[in-house]
Amino acid sequence: MSDVIKKATRESYGEALRDLAEKYPDLIVLDADLAAATKTSIFQKAYPDRFFDCGIAEANMMGVAAGLAASGKIPFASTFAMFAAGRAYEIVRNSIGYPGLNVKIGATHAGISVGEDGATHQCNEDIALMRTIPGMTVINPADDVEARAAVEAAILHKGPVYLRFGRLAAPVFNDKDTYKFELGKGITLKEGNDITIIATGLMVSEAVAAAEMLKEDGINAGVINIHTIKPLDKELICKAAENSGILMTVEEHSVIGGLGSAVAEAVTECYPVPVIKIGINDEFGHSGPAVELLKEFGLCRDNIADQVRKALK
Amino acid sequence: MDSTEKKRLQINACKARMGIIEGVYNAKSGHPGGSLSIADLLTYLYFEKMNVDAENPDMPDRDRLVLSKGHCAPALYSVLALKGFFPQKELKKLRHIGALLQGHPCIHINGVDMSSGSLGQGISAACGMALAAKLDSKSYKVYAVLGDGEIEEGQVWEAAMFAAHKNLDNLIAIVDNNGLQIDGPITEVCSPEPITDKFEAFGWHVITMDAHDFDSIEKAFEEAESIKDKPVAIIEKSVKGKGVSFMENQVSWHGTAPNEQQYEQAMSELSAQLKELEG
Repeated sequence: MSDVIKKATRESYGEALRDLAEKYPDLIVLDADLAAATKTSIFQKAYPDRFFDCGIAEANMMGVAAGLAASGKIPFASTFAMFAAGRAYEIVRNSIGYPGLNVKIGATHAGISVGEDGATHQCNEDIALMRTIPGMTVINPADDVEARAAVEAAILHKGPVYLRFGRLAAPVFNDKDTYKFELGKGITLKEGNDITIIATGLMVSEAVAAAEMLKEDGINAGVINIHTIKPLDKELICKAAENSGILMTVEEHSVIGGLGSAVAEAVTECYPVPVIKIGINDEFGHSGPAVELLKEFGLCRDNIADQVRKALK
Repeated sequence: MDSTEKKRLQINACKARMGIIEGVYNAKSGHPGGSLSIADLLTYLYFEKMNVDAENPDMPDRDRLVLSKGHCAPALYSVLALKGFFPQKELKKLRHIGALLQGHPCIHINGVDMSSGSLGQGISAACGMALAAKLDSKSYKVYAVLGDGEIEEGQVWEAAMFAAHKNLDNLIAIVDNNGLQIDGPITEVCSPEPITDKFEAFGWHVITMDAHDFDSIEKAFEEAESIKDKPVAIIEKSVKGKGVSFMENQVSWHGTAPNEQQYEQAMSELSAQLKELEG
């Protein structure tokens, strides 16, 4: 995958907003003084009259988005995941979730790959927080193609949506001409019956690479991309549990409450099998280059492959 | 305001107060004090000022009201019932299992423009609605009703900054200044005073009115309508528990329901007021 194009999904987000603006005239973009980083500045430049900077006031921004949605607009409220899901949690729950308003939350800089900014800005808890809100859809796209498609899917879905984007450039592995985004449907990237690796976001391409590596060990690992963590594609996951008898989840998020928990919750009800969770193990991150941090925290192909070998021993 | 008009409003406000007591008594919980203090305000807005239609509650061009101090839902519900948004009998089922009327305002109830109750949030939603009106070049107004204790929430000032910066002159925030919050007088708990100076410093036009005098209320809203390019804050000097003698200015009536004897007394006081008004 070294020669593939890389692009941060936050950039895809900004471009998608710009590209979809004409098609969806009710689309409005809000930011909280991070437009340059969240890439909503791309939209702002093209549609300055439909862009509103709320300043460093995320709580108010979420409330403003709620009011806009209650008046027929489709607002995208954008900031870092830490502030969207963390700081503004209760406003998202009560002003957006409870009334079921049509607000889209564009959360960038999610996970440990924020890098040098360190623990205060590395949000590894947002999926857990957002998926407990009744009626909230949670999407974590894996690459540029998927991220763009997810933005349009979010517009077409009536109700609150949390979209999780990354800061780090991610390999673009989906084919834009054939890719199809179906909300709530996982994508089987590789069949395999020794183990199924279920990954989301930045970890999907690493999981695919790990599965390739494992071929040399004679291990036939399946890979599923779960871009929609809520509603979860339980059918596909339960089928994988039945098929491979063991699952591994990989996410750039805490192992508490994220994809791993969601998958475990699902299989305990339909087909209980061991679920090995790779993610942030109940700890805070720290400063450092993103790629090095991902390696340090085991969010890389080598560790995924190692853990699979260990599990199947 | 002519005397017939004023009497009509006074009668409706009195009926609204009876609905508040009816609701809170039957719920055996709720917030009568702050509900009674905004009864005149909501009566004025819904019966005199706002373009709303009970037959068409989602009318796109309607004026909107966000009860940011959502715990005073009994007042909103009582006035909406009087306006015909839902049957009066719903008030007796307030807060009951399966009831239409939830403990705090819910957007799915006819006439309720926004879910609220977690303090400090409603004013932000009102900003969003006012911004939407500007974007669509619509002339509807957005009213946000806040408590004076509520403005201790930081989000209120984020919203205050936003509204002024975006020149939301179609937004009118009313601060119900009854001076009392759960733990005591606002000046003793963690004082938000001077309220007027704060809103002015945030770029708002500020008006003060007597919350229980319809001439004063009308004057304030007339002035509010004349203000261009900035949002308006109306600080209404009110009496918590207004209209029921033993509840007036008593912090203990913030979130307590009357027992049967207290209910009878409150209703008999309000009935007497109504009888006098109806002559």
